[in-house]
Amino acid sequence: MDSVVLLQRQLVDYTAQLFNEGFLDDQFNQLQQLQDESNPDFVVEVVTLFFEDSERLLNELAKALEQQSIDYRKIDAHVHQLKGSSSSIGAQRVQKVCIAFRNYCEERNIEGCQKCLQQVKNEYSLVKTKLETLFKLEQQVLAAGGSIPWPMQ
Amino acid sequence: MTLKMQQSYHRSVAVKVNEQQMGTKRGYTFIQANRTWLPKVLLLWVIAMALFSLTIYNGMDADNRVRRKEVLGSMCDQRARMLQDQFSVSVNHVHALAILVSTFHYYKNPSAIDQETFAEYTARTAFERPLLSGVAYARRVIDSERQEFERQHGWTIKTMEREPSPIRDEYAPVIFSQETVSYIESLDMMSGEEDRENILRARATGKAVLTRPFRLLGSHHLGVVLTFPVYKSKLPPSPTAAQRIEATAGYLGGAFDIESLVENLLGQLAGNQAILVNVYDITNSPDLLIMYGHQNLDGDLSLLHESKLDFGDPFRKHLMTCRYHEKAPASWTALTTAFLFFVIGLLVGYILYGAAIHIVKVEDDFHEMQELKVRAEAADITKSQFLATVSHEIRTPMNGILGMLALLLDTDLSSTQRDYAQTAQVCGKALIALINEVLDREKIEAGKLELEAVPFDIRSILDDVLSLFSEKSRNKGIEVSTREPQEGQLAVFVSDKVPEIVVGDPGRFRQIITNLVGNSVKFTERGHIFVKVHLYENAKAMTDTKLDTCLNGGSNESALSSGSKKFKTLSGCEAADDQNSWDKFKHFSDEDFRSDASINVMTNNEASEDVGLMVCVEDTGIGIPLKAQGRVFMPFVQADSSTSRHYGGTGIGLSISKCLVELMGGQIDFISRPEVGSTFSFTAVFGTCKKNVFNNMEKRNAEALPSGFRGLKALVVDGNLVRATVTRYHLKRLGILAEVVSSLKLAASSCGKNGSLTSGGKIQPDIILVEKDSWISGEDGVSSVWQLDLKQNGHAFQLPKMILLATKITNSEFDKAKGAGFSDTVIMKPLRASMVAACLQQVLGMGKKRSQGKGMPNGSSFLQSLLCGKRILVVDDNRVNRRVAAGALKKFGADVECAESGKKALELLQLPHIYDACFMDIQMPEMDGYVFQSCFMILDCSCSVIYWLYFLE
Repeated sequence: MDSVVLLQRQLVDYTAQLFNEGFLDDQFNQLQQLQDESNPDFVVEVVTLFFEDSERLLNELAKALEQQSIDYRKIDAHVHQLKGSSSSIGAQRVQKVCIAFRNYCEERNIEGCQKCLQQVKNEYSLVKTKLETLFKLEQQVLAAGGSIPWPMQ
Repeated sequence: MTLKMQQSYHRSVAVKVNEQQMGTKRGYTFIQANRTWLPKVLLLWVIAMALFSLTIYNGMDADNRVRRKEVLGSMCDQRARMLQDQFSVSVNHVHALAILVSTFHYYKNPSAIDQETFAEYTARTAFERPLLSGVAYARRVIDSERQEFERQHGWTIKTMEREPSPIRDEYAPVIFSQETVSYIESLDMMSGEEDRENILRARATGKAVLTRPFRLLGSHHLGVVLTFPVYKSKLPPSPTAAQRIEATAGYLGGAFDIESLVENLLGQLAGNQAILVNVYDITNSPDLLIMYGHQNLDGDLSLLHESKLDFGDPFRKHLMTCRYHEKAPASWTALTTAFLFFVIGLLVGYILYGAAIHIVKVEDDFHEMQELKVRAEAADITKSQFLATVSHEIRTPMNGILGMLALLLDTDLSSTQRDYAQTAQVCGKALIALINEVLDREKIEAGKLELEAVPFDIRSILDDVLSLFSEKSRNKGIEVSTREPQEGQLAVFVSDKVPEIVVGDPGRFRQIITNLVGNSVKFTERGHIFVKVHLYENAKAMTDTKLDTCLNGGSNESALSSGSKKFKTLSGCEAADDQNSWDKFKHFSDEDFRSDASINVMTNNEASEDVGLMVCVEDTGIGIPLKAQGRVFMPFVQADSSTSRHYGGTGIGLSISKCLVELMGGQIDFISRPEVGSTFSFTAVFGTCKKNVFNNMEKRNAEALPSGFRGLKALVVDGNLVRATVTRYHLKRLGILAEVVSSLKLAASSCGKNGSLTSGGKIQPDIILVEKDSWISGEDGVSSVWQLDLKQNGHAFQLPKMILLATKITNSEFDKAKGAGFSDTVIMKPLRASMVAACLQQVLGMGKKRSQGKGMPNGSSFLQSLLCGKRILVVDDNRVNRRVAAGALKKFGADVECAESGKKALELLQLPHIYDACFMDIQMPEMDGYVFQSCFMILDCSCSVIYWLYFLE
């Protein structure tokens, strides 16, 4: 039982840390609230969707920025998508970089764009790692027979 | 796309026009095709008629001429015969005279004849010889005998010139002569050329011979001389010429004074004046010797008849010719006949020509009209098209304007600004409503409107419509309440036989009802507006019974109207259609209540069948002027032009309603009496649905009436039976059993003065609803007494709740009512089941014990109820966003479907769609103007809600 409590504690702490460090925002909370008995894997499902989407978009972006003549509209559309999905799951830092990215895009600043792409990639891999860890912790709690103390108020 | 459609449509119209034009070309008749020939044909006809007339004339004239010729011939022949007869008679007589002379002069010796005897005899027998002017006898005297002869007679033989005759071989001196020719006595006949020839010929032949015509001695008339030989001895049977000459004793001669004699003869015959007769001697043909008649020919030369004359002398040939004196007169008959024929022909020709010309003209006109018709139709279609397009084009920006105004109103505004914005919004809404109506009409006209078939609750729709107008009607009621004891009332009644859930188009049904009720509200200043729904068959049966009563019992309505000026209608005012008066209303409302039990059975049995509903909207407004009643359903036509000034509106509503009703398989009609009111009624066919669908509906219907009142009993106190029935209907819908009494007194007695007694036989009501009129009519004292009674009876713990029903109530009245015991509540009319339910809940203290979502935070219970069971479409190209939105909506019980693109959404949204709402990201890359507009239009048309989402911008 102790291990469960410990794990739960760890989970709560980790989540709180994610919020504090600004990786996640309230939107993630909302997402978690939407998860219930009828839809137990909602958060994981949505986040997985987010991962798939983001990786695809990042690849597209990288490809687009390597082109001789850069199609800023296309890049803007991709960044918009990324911004939309990141804000949907509450990946705050990704979202913020996206906003900057779009500004550069509007200015047709290729250097800014390339810089932002790097940043977005970094942020994305960070948040991905964090969320994967979070889900792993959740799995462990569940495996240990505990319940996940969501939603957090 | 719409543009393309329009183009193709125009093209099809053009093709149609072409076809029709070709059709009209084919439609040219024979006459039309040969129009240039018409004058020529007429000319030809006239010529033909002239020729024909000429032929007729010629034919008739020829007949005439033949007849004339025949007449001439017969006349001529007759004359010739007569002349011949007379001549032969004369000749015969001369013959007889010759025999007489030979007998009495030569055979007797001495001679029995001398000059006197001869003269007398011949004079007396002159009538026998009508043609002879006189006869004479000349003796043959041979030269040797001359002296002897001259001596014997005492005179010398003279020639014709009255000179002594020279010596010749022989002589023929006249010895006897008739007195008329006595001047030739002693003249030698042989001295005259003609006479000598005659004598020689006569004695050789022994027959009468004639001279050629010559001027006679004495008279100098034309004449011929007849000579007959007298033989002195009897001749042998066939004597030779020499023998005859030898035997000749003398010659008897007579002069035919043909001229005068023929004149005489012809004078005796008819038609003498008409014809000219000539007699010729043609012995030496062709040299014609005229015997009678004028040498110079006059008269009608064209027609001549010749008749042979035989005067007994074979040597001489004679001929009679006859001519008409005058030329043949023109035949008037023939002339007139021919002329008439010609005139008739001319007229017939002209008439035919005129007819042909007229046909040509009419056909020309017809073709012109047809072309104009085609053009007018095309113009009409174009107009509709234009109207629809323009309406649509206006509507799109209008929605924007309205939306922006709504947003504007949500911001912080000063009161003036708010007022302006609100005014703008109201105007915009009015405009949109008008455009929608126009668009509707065009759609219906183009046959593009399709009705939905979804189950809906007819009663709740009626309630909704009623609530829409309740404020308006209440305001109107206030205006007149000081003058009128009855207030403006709006009420609805649905027969129990009408199934609760029917299948049809609720939106359109609501539109019709709204339109009719809206009109009624508009035009009604006092009295009532009453909406009734029955089964069609019931309504018909009712009409039948009405007819029966009219036939049997005479009209007691008239007695009513003349007597008390109070009618058994909802408000007591007279209604246009007295079918709705209480006598009839009661009939079927009773039936309704009686047949409660059978309804369920019936609805079960007829689960899948159609049901015909008859909806009546009765008002006591200004009515429709009789002359305008014919064009009530014509679009854009109002009773008169002042109507729109007074009451507003476009006049399109009723025509749309009519179209909609017809689409619903029914008919709309109205009865209206000016200054009395109008009753519009329509029938519509709806489907009934099966129980399971019904249950679904029940679940979906968020506003299902609360069932907590079932089994309650109520007492309705109302003097007006119609109104009471309406109240009872609403209570019944809540499951409350209601009794109606007409006054408070009766109410008190029905409850009984003694509670313990009443509980046995009579109903103990839980609620008492009192109509304000019944209460105001001076019975407040009674009610207080009654209250007291009830309290005294120790029933205080279950005192019936007293509720006042009023259309409008002033503050003072309200206070008074409170004082009189109606402390519980006042229910404001018009009654609606949901409102009644709410009031009763309040009164009975039931509270809102509606089950809430389990464990849901309080704030989201509203969302839960709002979204539960709703079908929602989420459109976003971002998978994550989509998933999140869907999850969120599902959480609140919504039935969510997703679409990843605007196009996909459009496919799903094709009418008729099933969604109640659509959430759409308008920043999708393919969200171009077209998709946007189409979505907008669809959603707008289908009364759905559309939320434009700016996802987390």
